[in-house]
Amino acid sequence: MITLVQDLGAGVLQFIAHLGRITRFGASVVRAALTRPNRVRIFVSELFNLGVLSLVIICVCGLAVGMVLGLQGYNTLVRFGAEQSLGAVVGLSLIRELGPVLTALLATGRAGSATTAEIGTMVATEQLDGLRMMSINPIHLVVMPKTFAMVCVMPLLSALFIVFGLGGGYLVGVVLMGVDGGVYISSLQSAVDYYDDVAGSLLKALVFGVLVGLIATYRGYTCAPTSAGVSSATTSTVVVGSVSVLIFDYFITALWGV
Amino acid sequence: MTVSSLDDAPVVFSDVDMAFEKRHVLRAFSCRFAAGKISVILGGSGSGKTTILRLIGGLVRPQRGRIVVAGEDISRLSETQMYSVRCKLGMMFQGGALLDSLTIFDNLAFPLREHTSMSENEIAAEVHRQLAAVGLSDVDDLLPGQLSGGMIRRAALARAIVRKPEILLCDEPFSGLDPISVKRIEALLRRINRQLGVTMLVSSHHIPSTLRMADQVVLLLGDRAVSGSPAELCQSTDARIAGFLNEEVDESIEPPAYAGSHRFAAP
Amino acid sequence: MSRSPARDFVVGLFVLAGLGAIAYLSMNVGGFSFRRAGGLVVYASFDQTGGLKARAPVVISGVKVGQVDSIGLDKNFRARVEMSLDHNLQIPADTSASIVTAGLLGDRYISLQLGGEDKYLKSGDEITMTESAVILERLIGKLIHSTDVQKSE
Repeated sequence: MITLVQDLGAGVLQFIAHLGRITRFGASVVRAALTRPNRVRIFVSELFNLGVLSLVIICVCGLAVGMVLGLQGYNTLVRFGAEQSLGAVVGLSLIRELGPVLTALLATGRAGSATTAEIGTMVATEQLDGLRMMSINPIHLVVMPKTFAMVCVMPLLSALFIVFGLGGGYLVGVVLMGVDGGVYISSLQSAVDYYDDVAGSLLKALVFGVLVGLIATYRGYTCAPTSAGVSSATTSTVVVGSVSVLIFDYFITALWGV
Repeated sequence: MTVSSLDDAPVVFSDVDMAFEKRHVLRAFSCRFAAGKISVILGGSGSGKTTILRLIGGLVRPQRGRIVVAGEDISRLSETQMYSVRCKLGMMFQGGALLDSLTIFDNLAFPLREHTSMSENEIAAEVHRQLAAVGLSDVDDLLPGQLSGGMIRRAALARAIVRKPEILLCDEPFSGLDPISVKRIEALLRRINRQLGVTMLVSSHHIPSTLRMADQVVLLLGDRAVSGSPAELCQSTDARIAGFLNEEVDESIEPPAYAGSHRFAAP
Repeated sequence: MSRSPARDFVVGLFVLAGLGAIAYLSMNVGGFSFRRAGGLVVYASFDQTGGLKARAPVVISGVKVGQVDSIGLDKNFRARVEMSLDHNLQIPADTSASIVTAGLLGDRYISLQLGGEDKYLKSGDEITMTESAVILERLIGKLIHSTDVQKSE
């Protein structure tokens, strides 16, 4: 029993130590961003790796989620004779929650794990040490462009997810279930407010981008330089990243409404 | 903080302790490495050869002791301050440590583009010169993954000297190579030492090439280190030294469980 | 760092598509607009706002001409609404403002009925004729009360 409590205490202290380390890591990334030379070429290359290469999964999943929302929404609303509000239901669900959260979870799985694996492999093959010996800060060259690319990419992907989702809802609700197209769109437009809904959605996506970007690069950077280390770091990114996104989602939702 | 010039050797270790987790790799290690000479750090697996090179490069920090590199005590320097010291160093890693997403040309050009204001033409000329010096041609557009082990080592060597360092660190340049490649790399290292007058520290467990090319040998025997010229060591009457040089197995040196703990060091 | 114009182009397209999606969601769906400067600011006081919110539309003949900026209490504990309207409008000084509901259970908004005076409202003026919001529960309460009264007669 005592050891259980001791382990719990040790776990909490370790968690706090991790938080401290990742905050210092984040600070050094920001400091790197303010130092010359700029890494625009690498940043653009990372926009491609993290953003463009995630497009297929984001758009397909967005469409699928929108279609499910359309179907479930219609089936529920029609019981109350309120199927005219389908546009509002699909739109609000996607914009407020499903868009940013699901995009972040998908991005963690695809782009986040790829980033961790890439950086982890560079650690294991001493490439980062090689950079240090050439007087090049590996955080400046490798970590910083990837993190900033993730932050920029997340709102863009989230918006695309939502738009495809709205399309999916339209496809099911209007084309398949017979809701009037104009009613769908007008109910959507009247229910969604820029300040209450869209701005909060973009803020969430930005915050998630910071979270996933930092967690993925930190895990890669600090992983054990063995192949087992890289694989464990990659799994950790997906797990820790996903849980953090969901926890932060609650807090942002609660605070944004205030 | 510079050291008074009683001792102007480029690399000096004073009473250095180095341990990873609970495993002590170096205890009270003191050594001077002479300028312009080839010094070989000889020892079995896990004896600390690579650790000594990593300590010089500032990639790991000792628990105790002083390390002076090119006149500066690096055991007190921050990571950012180390970058200027490393401008005088070049390191050739065991696995090459070339950036695997860049071509060989870009790998060698990288430190020049980063730290000098040379034009692209000047950089191209310098890169080709270094590649020719290590005997590599037509590899400009190849990726490291497309090269053989020996070629990667030579490219890594070229990259290490492209900034004309004062001190060249070579981590196990001969391990895993066939005898012909070993002789080739050995000849290259000797030529570079002669032509550029660069101080060379080589870690190795390959005894024949060591005895051939070293001016000074530092033999790591687990609990102590012995230093001397190759001739002195060969004539030594110490049973353990003789045993090592005759390539007998020394049971007292434990293989590493996990060498090289990697902690995040804030720059 | 090899240059690849094709890759740069694709990244550019991606960023444009993403920004386009954000713009669509903000403006088309969310109703964000840039017209803020130079609005005609007028005030109106009501006994009851019935849940009128900031950024609710101000409407003339069914067309949105402005929005509610803020709602506060004046010294008589009446609700004082500040609204900004399209600065091109010429609104007679005897215009009245009423708080109405979109549909039966929808959001509240302000509808302006134009008066006939020659003088027009300037920025900072007050709309004096106002009609407060109708609270559904009060209406039902009145109905029940009047049926009770009828019954007892």
